[in-house]
Amino acid sequence: MKFGIIVFPGSNCERDCQWVLRTVLGQEAELIWHKERDVEGYDCLVLPGGFAHGDYLRTGAIARFSPVMEAVERHARRGGLVLGICNGFQILCEAGLLPGVLLRNASLSFICRHVHIRVETTGTPFTAACTAGQVLRIPINHNEGRFYADAETLARLKGNDQMVFRYVTSAGEISGEANPNGSLDHIAGVCNEQRNVLGLMPHPERAAEALLGSTDGRLLFESIIGSGHVLSSIRR
Amino acid sequence: MKEPAITQEIVAGHQLTPEEYGRILEILGREPTWTELGIFSVMWSEHCSYKSSKVHLQHFPTAGPGILQGPGENAGVVDLGDGLAAVFKMESHNHPSYIEPYQGAATGVGGIIRDIFTMGARPIVLLDSLRFGPLAEPKNRYLMGRVVAGISGYGNAVGVPTAGGEVVFADCYSHNPLVNVLCLGIAPVDKLFFARAGGIGNPVIYVGAKTGRDGIHGATMASETFDEKSEERRPTVQVGDPFREKLLIEACLELMQTDALVGIQDMGAAGLTCSSCEMASRGGTGVEIDLRLVPRREEGMSPYEVMLSESQERMLLVARQGAEATVREIFAKYDLDAVVVGRVTGDGMMRVRDGERVVVSIPAKALVDDVPVYDRPRARPAWQDEVQRLNIAEIPLPRDYGDILLRLLASPTIASKAMVWEQYDHMLFLNTVVGPGSDAVVLRLKGTERGIALATDGNGRYTFLDPFTGGMIAVAEAARNVVASGAEPVAMTNCLNFGDPTRPEISWQFAEAVRGMAAACRALQTPVTGGNVSLYNETMGQAIFPTPIVGMLGILSHISHATTQAWKDAEDVVVLVGETREDLGGSEYLKVCHGLVQGRPPMIDLETERRVQRFCLEAIRAGLIRSAHDCSDGGLAVALAECSISNPERPMGVEVSLAESIRPDALLFGESQSRIVLSLREADLKQLGEIADRHGVAVRPIGRTGGPRFICRGPGFHVNLPLTLLDQAWRGAVPAYFGRR
Repeated sequence: MKFGIIVFPGSNCERDCQWVLRTVLGQEAELIWHKERDVEGYDCLVLPGGFAHGDYLRTGAIARFSPVMEAVERHARRGGLVLGICNGFQILCEAGLLPGVLLRNASLSFICRHVHIRVETTGTPFTAACTAGQVLRIPINHNEGRFYADAETLARLKGNDQMVFRYVTSAGEISGEANPNGSLDHIAGVCNEQRNVLGLMPHPERAAEALLGSTDGRLLFESIIGSGHVLSSIRR
Repeated sequence: MKEPAITQEIVAGHQLTPEEYGRILEILGREPTWTELGIFSVMWSEHCSYKSSKVHLQHFPTAGPGILQGPGENAGVVDLGDGLAAVFKMESHNHPSYIEPYQGAATGVGGIIRDIFTMGARPIVLLDSLRFGPLAEPKNRYLMGRVVAGISGYGNAVGVPTAGGEVVFADCYSHNPLVNVLCLGIAPVDKLFFARAGGIGNPVIYVGAKTGRDGIHGATMASETFDEKSEERRPTVQVGDPFREKLLIEACLELMQTDALVGIQDMGAAGLTCSSCEMASRGGTGVEIDLRLVPRREEGMSPYEVMLSESQERMLLVARQGAEATVREIFAKYDLDAVVVGRVTGDGMMRVRDGERVVVSIPAKALVDDVPVYDRPRARPAWQDEVQRLNIAEIPLPRDYGDILLRLLASPTIASKAMVWEQYDHMLFLNTVVGPGSDAVVLRLKGTERGIALATDGNGRYTFLDPFTGGMIAVAEAARNVVASGAEPVAMTNCLNFGDPTRPEISWQFAEAVRGMAAACRALQTPVTGGNVSLYNETMGQAIFPTPIVGMLGILSHISHATTQAWKDAEDVVVLVGETREDLGGSEYLKVCHGLVQGRPPMIDLETERRVQRFCLEAIRAGLIRSAHDCSDGGLAVALAECSISNPERPMGVEVSLAESIRPDALLFGESQSRIVLSLREADLKQLGEIADRHGVAVRPIGRTGGPRFICRGPGFHVNLPLTLLDQAWRGAVPAYFGRR
């Protein structure tokens, strides 16, 4: 499969994603500078973590205007896969490719640590290799990760099975203690209605090698690879 | 703008002595211009010139196998094998962090990162060594909160993980916190860059952010003591822009892939002045620049202001003639300025023009190499005997040793600092095998089987009580931390934080501490590859503890040797390496439980230390060791407790019996040196004993891991506590000061 990793000025997880996709999983993965307007030929686009354009305004508010974003939108509309991790999730929300917004953490400070998330649906190309209710141990690393949406949007998310990951305890239970940032309904990741765009705050690329403490994040990438969701087969 | 005439008052206002001014007149053969005076003032400041410390620093060993670059460049360089080099250095940002803690700490991070990528290395890790006054004081909570926020805000956004360091508290840091930041980068051995201006006629190019009025005379400010008006100096603190720095890192590293670059230096302290004259001096050349060409973000700046501005995120580079377009193209990709502002010349002069008018004409060497050097008068303080006096017979024995243990675990110096490091991205780049909270940070080296370990350490209280011993222990303990993590210590950097060197007792402390450090460096074979001196750490005549901070680099020959302090499995045997004596002087226990900063610090025998470290490393490499933890602040009981609770996902109890017939408080909480707590499978005990015999090291099984309780008994004491209680004390203490659970 061929992955394209979008690099905004201020992105910093692009090489980590590339390392996991190439070296750990043996896939093709190229970096795409944000000034590119053409992203043809990729099966899955990854928007990595970081601080696009410095994130001095609302996170992702400037990145959505980067030249590459029109092409990302076209790719998504055509059914291509788009994965937004952390800052990438924030950008996809700002760009309207995913519902909801990400607010400042309830603690008002940056949080970097391992958390547990539960797979709420295996009916996406990003979670097909997981089992329903599976608990994954994956690190978060953000200052603005508190998912929020209005009641109507939330109802729609639930109705359409778009809540993909929720924060839970290591035993898989929903609890206030296990919600690291105060996210609405403990939401850690959502997909769009068409289910080809996913955003999540945890960093699956940081949980892809046993040496670094967890391999649970590989399941996301393995799901994508196993989905056979090759754009060339959808497009024409 | 009319420039002021140079008067005695103006000279004094630039922190130059009448003798130093006389020397300037001699060098120039005339009166300096206003701008030239400013330039001499910053270049001859303590911060830039090391004029009071040079005579002592020469005692450090600086060469050895694998040392590719010692002191004198932007950072030290160590050969890691496989064509890779580690580029690392530590720097202080104490003064700015007291005046404006968020920006002071943030720009400290930004500055040291520039020193690393300047040499061609991608910065991959940061460690912070922080010192604050007691958290009971609201001002200290404010300073700590804002310093940590500044490190987090800048470090995370610039995209360099902060994976280690320490935070220590003592009264003396209340008005003078310490912010020491270490950065390490990795470069190909054959692609290192140096800060040298070579090739007459080559263009001098200014890249990065535009120049403003911020930080003018920052270096001079950092070379003075503070008084009650210090906070009025806020305008001398710079404002950091991590986004700009991130772009600068990427652009510079991309440029270094081409053959356009001849030399490069960041504009840190003393900005354009320091970078241009240092590059000329090191290159044996001259530099001529035209200030009209310097990108500015404010109007009406005088040459004086442009030359002395410490605006952040700027670099000066020398490119090959004809490569200007390549440089411009790469920087344009990142929307950064790249402007030719001058040329390399052959006459050794630093010449600065403002259009047609020459405003500066100084021999570059005079600013860098011919600085005044002082061997300041030294005297052992009259009070030294008094603070060393300690009759331990007068110290009452505690009634409840469990209660003492809980108090020590809740002492902020010992307590968990997870609240701090969870605010730092410590996982970026996928190298962090052992993150913050263990003895040292361990990173893998991608593409090799090996890894590196880094630790910072330095006990100001020991150094206050006995500077020579404190200096030795700072090095020994940092090395021990690295060894306990599975690495062989190979080189070190340091920050030497002291008071006003014109006071003889401060100068004595400095000389003694450096002598102690140098002795330990030689014994442990860890040369010094560079570092930083921060003097004048005083407010209203009150100096901080003399605080040498050591940043130790170690190499793991195989990443599988990475070892952490937490117990791994129940029924493992716990072994104490080294001897416990009645060392109570200078201990955290005396301070926390008896309110005393008194006595002599624990004695250290460097030969014993070396043997303990060699033994421990061999045992780890033989695959015998499941956990290892240096025994330091709070002594054996605290070390055992930390091994039990430091992994929050897997707390595991321990049952230990101690037989030493010394005072129980010394046995449990004394800080005897050269001790390490290990755990291993019972079946491996025999082999461990053989290795220990070969190294002449004392090892003794003292108990077993497992269960939900911490049990430690011996002659005259019996501590038996549930781990939950230990955990609450240790994990809850620091957050509680900040109103967090």
